[in-house]
Amino acid sequence: MSSLWTTLRNNLRQYMILLALLVIILAFQLMTNGTLLKPMNVSNLIFQNAYVVILAVGMLMCILTGGNIDLSVGSVVALVGACAGTFIITWGWNSHLSILLCLLIGLAIGVWQGFWIAYARIPAFIVTLAGMLVFRGLTLIVLGGLTLAPFPADFLAYSTGYIPDVFANLGLFGLRNSTSLLIGILVAIVYCVSQIRSWFWRKKKEYDVENPAILTLKMAIVSAAVIWLFYTLGAYRGVPKVLITVGIILIAYNYLTQQTVIGRHLYALGGNEKAARLSGVKTRKLLFLAYVNMAFLASIAGIVFAAQSIQVPPHDCMGGEVAVGDEHDAHCNQHLRYAAVGTEGVEEPDHGCRHDHDL
Amino acid sequence: MAKKLLEMHSITKEFPGVKALNNVNITVEEGEIHAIVGENGAGKSTLMNVLSGVYPYGSYTGDIYFDGQLCRFHNIKDSERLGIVIIHQELALVPYLSIGENMFLGNERQRRRGIVDWNETFQEAEEHLRVVGLEENPRTLVKDISVGKQQLVEIAKALAKDVRLLILDEPTSSLNEADSRKVLDLLLSLKRERGITSILISHKLNEVAYCADRITILRDGSTVETLDKYSDDVTEERIIRGMVGREMTERYPHRPKTIRSDVALEVKDWTVHHEIYTERKVVNGVSFKLHKGEVAGIYGLMGSGRSELALSIFGRAYGSRISGTLLKDGQPLELYSVPDAIAAGLIYVTEDRKESGLILGSSIMHNITLPRMEFVSNRGRIDRDLERKTANNYRETLGIKAPSVEQFVGNLSGGNQQKVLLAKWIYSKPDILLLDEPTRGVDVGAKFEIYQIINDLAKQGKAILFISSELPEILGMCDRIYVMNNGRIIAEFPQSEATQEGIMNCIMQHSKGEIGA
Ligand SMILES: Nc1ncnc2c1ncn2[C@@H]1O[C@H](COP(=O)(O)OP(=O)(O)OP(=O)(O)O)[C@@H](O)[C@H]1O
Ligand SMILES: [Mg+2]
Repeated sequence: MSSLWTTLRNNLRQYMILLALLVIILAFQLMTNGTLLKPMNVSNLIFQNAYVVILAVGMLMCILTGGNIDLSVGSVVALVGACAGTFIITWGWNSHLSILLCLLIGLAIGVWQGFWIAYARIPAFIVTLAGMLVFRGLTLIVLGGLTLAPFPADFLAYSTGYIPDVFANLGLFGLRNSTSLLIGILVAIVYCVSQIRSWFWRKKKEYDVENPAILTLKMAIVSAAVIWLFYTLGAYRGVPKVLITVGIILIAYNYLTQQTVIGRHLYALGGNEKAARLSGVKTRKLLFLAYVNMAFLASIAGIVFAAQSIQVPPHDCMGGEVAVGDEHDAHCNQHLRYAAVGTEGVEEPDHGCRHDHDL
Repeated sequence: MAKKLLEMHSITKEFPGVKALNNVNITVEEGEIHAIVGENGAGKSTLMNVLSGVYPYGSYTGDIYFDGQLCRFHNIKDSERLGIVIIHQELALVPYLSIGENMFLGNERQRRRGIVDWNETFQEAEEHLRVVGLEENPRTLVKDISVGKQQLVEIAKALAKDVRLLILDEPTSSLNEADSRKVLDLLLSLKRERGITSILISHKLNEVAYCADRITILRDGSTVETLDKYSDDVTEERIIRGMVGREMTERYPHRPKTIRSDVALEVKDWTVHHEIYTERKVVNGVSFKLHKGEVAGIYGLMGSGRSELALSIFGRAYGSRISGTLLKDGQPLELYSVPDAIAAGLIYVTEDRKESGLILGSSIMHNITLPRMEFVSNRGRIDRDLERKTANNYRETLGIKAPSVEQFVGNLSGGNQQKVLLAKWIYSKPDILLLDEPTRGVDVGAKFEIYQIINDLAKQGKAILFISSELPEILGMCDRIYVMNNGRIIAEFPQSEATQEGIMNCIMQHSKGEIGA
């Protein structure tokens, strides 16, 4: 059992990143006079950055394969958003089927790019740069330069809105949404139980285990952070649905990279391609999969993003037209989203903060 | 007595979990060649990194005096300013820059501040190249010259920095004999003509005996003794005794007769073309056999096609237009990829562990299990605890010196990295092992251990192809010896008939014949 001090020292680099994050949060909290961590802002941060997190997960895999990035993701997000808009709004197709079709389009894009990168051995930079231009162009063709009217509710249900408050009358700690807090506590408990179980299991098998003090500390910190997050969300309107999508993706990919053979092979490929190849790692196939996966996640991000672009619920859709995709650069769309968020702010003056708060 | 150029007093340096240096003292006199020898992980490279400021003042304890001055180097620039130049164990040249550009990298000749003077650069480069005896255009890209020449460029690069104390960390480990000799003679002539002092680290004790004036021996991070060429007897046996702390009467373990009658691998008429210049034959109609329990050697100089032969057999990992047949245990074997080969129990241990063998930024554990993740995983999910246990097992049986299997391979000493490489492939449960220079850059003691490992594998009935460019090692270890030259196997000797002269003659005659024909 390693002592507390050596564990801390050995993991210093990891903790440094967390520490830096903490410092940044604190700094902005001070600079914004506490707006940063206000419930509504936290909620908005989640809405606005969900698609970025999804893209980042995919990008991590590309970077793992040896420092390559995928430049085309922005365009793929836009194209998928545009397709979703066309299918559902213009042609009136079923939302669920359309989403499935959009994911398939993402996969197809990934296969296309992955083929050139992995099997034709064209540098990823070039292929994805070309992809960026091509898919941007396709987006314009698909939309024909038009903006589309808002999506129907069943499309939005996946990634906008909040998990309904099942215990509406509970009013825990005066929260608007008690369900949120309960979910948070549940997540924390599941986390702690799984940690403790694996600790005892390893102990029984006489594997190296961490110091119980460290384990307790770790569990306390993580649980506190989780409960705080869900408490804060509960003080506003509850848990954004998109958090579920993001959570599932994060957990799945964390498992994939840390616990599976594929993940290990990815790291090996990035560490030393030649050694990996001579160790029997199928390097081309992995490279191919990394880009297929990236485009797939980009299409999920595209769907989330398209829906996010219309934060305003249909019934009070002021100035209702929202550009989907054709102003694909996050910039433009962010303006739109901020505007949308702003209307909410106006609607609920008790939370008193406008859209000039973050980022 | 000559002036003391360098004194290092009670140097101690710790890494998390390892005390790499413990109270090391060393004195180097002006104008001598001072060798530092010791087993893998004895701390030689670390000591030199302390001296050259790679590990800055404050990260170690002890004093360094250079030219009588107490020195506190905070980085490499500080030590270079005083004329201490280190040539690291791994070549540090940029392949896609020219020789001249490499020589003045970080030390650019400038017209005005920040503007490179190319004329001066290449002119000066040419002068230094002449001194080191390298006839190359300084505008040639480094990737286009041989490793031997690259090592000379490294020395020329040091000369460009007005070097007073030149430190060479295993400069000849990847050179053949002729090139090694060139490097050593250069050191001797630099000493005679320019009075340049050098520190030479090497595992090749014959080289050390050849050119060193004094020899300091390190063992487990401490100085054992310093031998003087002029007052002590410095035979290789004497040096080895200091290094390993006991008499080593045999350089090769006894090789029991483990050879069986059945043929494990038969290669027939194997021809391989160059990967890029596809009309050039690299391996030309080679046929050979490996029996179970046999260690068969392939001796050949660099460029004779031995690695290409082994790599092409290993699931066509090298080459184009490969033809010929493989038979394993009498059955035809078709291998189209490396995973095929591994699954068939045929593996290749690379000669270049850094470049193509190990993932230096990963742990020992992850390196070992990489070739066959299926042994430690269940339907694609890794059992990390089983993995750790397995790796620990190999760490113990092969004697890999490391505080834990979580240690990054890049932090291990050369010999221990080599053992990880072997561990990784033994773990993959092979029947046939193609070992390419398995003892490169490994100390005598560890070499002995590796030979023992090889003998053990043979005893278990595995068939081993032992490729090496060190003749004594081939003669000491192999049951049968194939001689390779220019892509062909030109002779085969049973151990009883093989001699150093016989093999060298054979190669000479073949080379002459080729030129004559
Ligand atoms: N950065 C590092 N972190 C942790 N341990 C290290 C690091 N560098 C070296 N070591 C350890 O310090 C010891 C001395 O290593 P060093 O590289 O000096 O050996 P060496 O004598 O040069 O061996 P070789 O002949 O194999 O090159 C080894 O046990 C090695 O594992
Ligand atoms: Mg070393």
